[in-house]
Amino acid sequence: MHAIEKILARASGKDTVTTGEIVKAKVDFAEVNDLYLQTIYSFYEMGGKKVWDKDKLCFVFDHYAPAPTIKSAQIHKEMRQFVQEQGLTHHFDINTGVCHQVMPEAGVVWPGMILVATDSHTTTHGAFGAFGTGVGATDMATIMISGELWFRVPEIIKIEINGQLPEGVMAKDVILYILGKLGADAAVYKAIEFCGSYVENLGVAERMVICNMAVEMGAKTAYMVPNQQVLEYVKARTNRPFDILETDPDFKYAESYVFDISQLSPQVAVPHSVDNVVPIEEAPSVKVDQAFIGACTGGRVEDIKAAADLLRGKKIHPHTRLVVIPASNEVFLEANKLGYVEDLIKAGATFSTPGCGPCLGAHEGVLASGEVCVTASNRNFPGRMGSTGASVYLASPATAAAAALTGHLVDPRTINKGVE
Amino acid sequence: MHNVTGKAFVFGHNIDTDQIYPGRYLELVDPQEIASHCMEGADPTFVQRFSPGDIIVAGRNFGCGSSREHAAITLLHAGVGAVVAESFARIFYRNAINLGITVLVCPGITKEVNEGDILEVNLGEGLVINKTTGKTITGEKLSDYALEILAHGGIKPLFRKITAQME
Repeated sequence: MHAIEKILARASGKDTVTTGEIVKAKVDFAEVNDLYLQTIYSFYEMGGKKVWDKDKLCFVFDHYAPAPTIKSAQIHKEMRQFVQEQGLTHHFDINTGVCHQVMPEAGVVWPGMILVATDSHTTTHGAFGAFGTGVGATDMATIMISGELWFRVPEIIKIEINGQLPEGVMAKDVILYILGKLGADAAVYKAIEFCGSYVENLGVAERMVICNMAVEMGAKTAYMVPNQQVLEYVKARTNRPFDILETDPDFKYAESYVFDISQLSPQVAVPHSVDNVVPIEEAPSVKVDQAFIGACTGGRVEDIKAAADLLRGKKIHPHTRLVVIPASNEVFLEANKLGYVEDLIKAGATFSTPGCGPCLGAHEGVLASGEVCVTASNRNFPGRMGSTGASVYLASPATAAAAALTGHLVDPRTINKGVE
Repeated sequence: MHNVTGKAFVFGHNIDTDQIYPGRYLELVDPQEIASHCMEGADPTFVQRFSPGDIIVAGRNFGCGSSREHAAITLLHAGVGAVVAESFARIFYRNAINLGITVLVCPGITKEVNEGDILEVNLGEGLVINKTTGKTITGEKLSDYALEILAHGGIKPLFRKITAQME
């Protein structure tokens, strides 16, 4: 069995599971974000009274934080009321950040667990060797009542990534490249394991970037074998005992792919599809109105550092805006302590409260018709960041910073060459 | 399991949740308002042309992107008869079944159906009959559990039975 199958088997009280089998698994932790007031309504409509375990469910206010409209303020109000009535142990209000960042920080994510959240990018937690998956409001309501959810045991795809990344190229470029090669429907209803020499040595932030975007290939969940950096991260944040379930050597993957990233260029997903990926050399040199660095894909300290390193002592282009939204308050504080926040503000960046605002076109930097944005977030669907008439280019934080500096989509590796 | 007959609206591959229901409307709660933005990101004229009971036909990976249940809710409130696609994104597929929407995976369907064709979807057999061309297209039968949910009109009525038994 694969580690993913062992996680599902253990959670459903079975010795073995087989591909295609439907199992009812106990959920270790569940999260509702602030788009999903419907979850609470569904919970009561279905006869729910008390949640199954007040220690295992949390709400995170990130998509509308702080509330930009009266309607979203009302959503927050009703959710806070539910949190208090149910006596939930964990609650992450508008002063915390993006769910996929604040949950690991709070120590509620560990290897071998099942984490279900009302957010498609819950695949992010595969970075920690957890089974993380997204669901809608009604599925979440069934978990809130019963603590369980049915899963189809997925086919598992192996994506091996080998080599050492060239200077100026980031984890985001790696996953965009793979998405471009395999396509947005490569893993629909399947799971992906990322492995290979590149992944084995990868830091926590970069692992999260890659697992985050597995869902853009349709993946139900992503998985990486936890490495030393992951174990140190988890142990620093929770005393909970856990063990790592290992894949049997004779396990047969449904599909296998091998990528070498040692010659990789920065990559760009051009509008309007996440798999419409070209290397920066082939990308159009479009005029850029806004660059965005943030959200659950591109808002970690490492991402903000990449932008600060590129923009320190410089000024962004007068016709371009740079919006930076750290993934969490912890990230914000760290980036501030390291001087990156000051570097970027002096260069002309606008900082906003940790959260997801512009990534889904809710607030804090939405786009007008005809505008172009280069973003370190994860989707470029029509209308994703505001007007359907806007054009969204997905790229690394370094490429987004280079666009802010020059006012054009440009190779970030050309910026500091020969200048300093 | 009853059959559904309706007029086909044909879409391409990778119709994402932002096209089915744009993020800027996520705050809405009124069913009629939610229905009025159905498929707006993919085709702003859809709502004017669509009648309850009509059928959406799409290519691969229908419903990819966000976990937002609004994507299924808008189709429910608009009165979609069924969604037949070459494949579905996982979260959308679960959301649709949970809400009692008839969904069918039917490889090759977009090649066999033109916009405006009259289709009959036979969920029990996993078949689509194109009444306009007379052709029958074979899809994939749903799992027993999914069929049980649909037979109850969605997971809420099914769960109400379970929670009632818990007391």
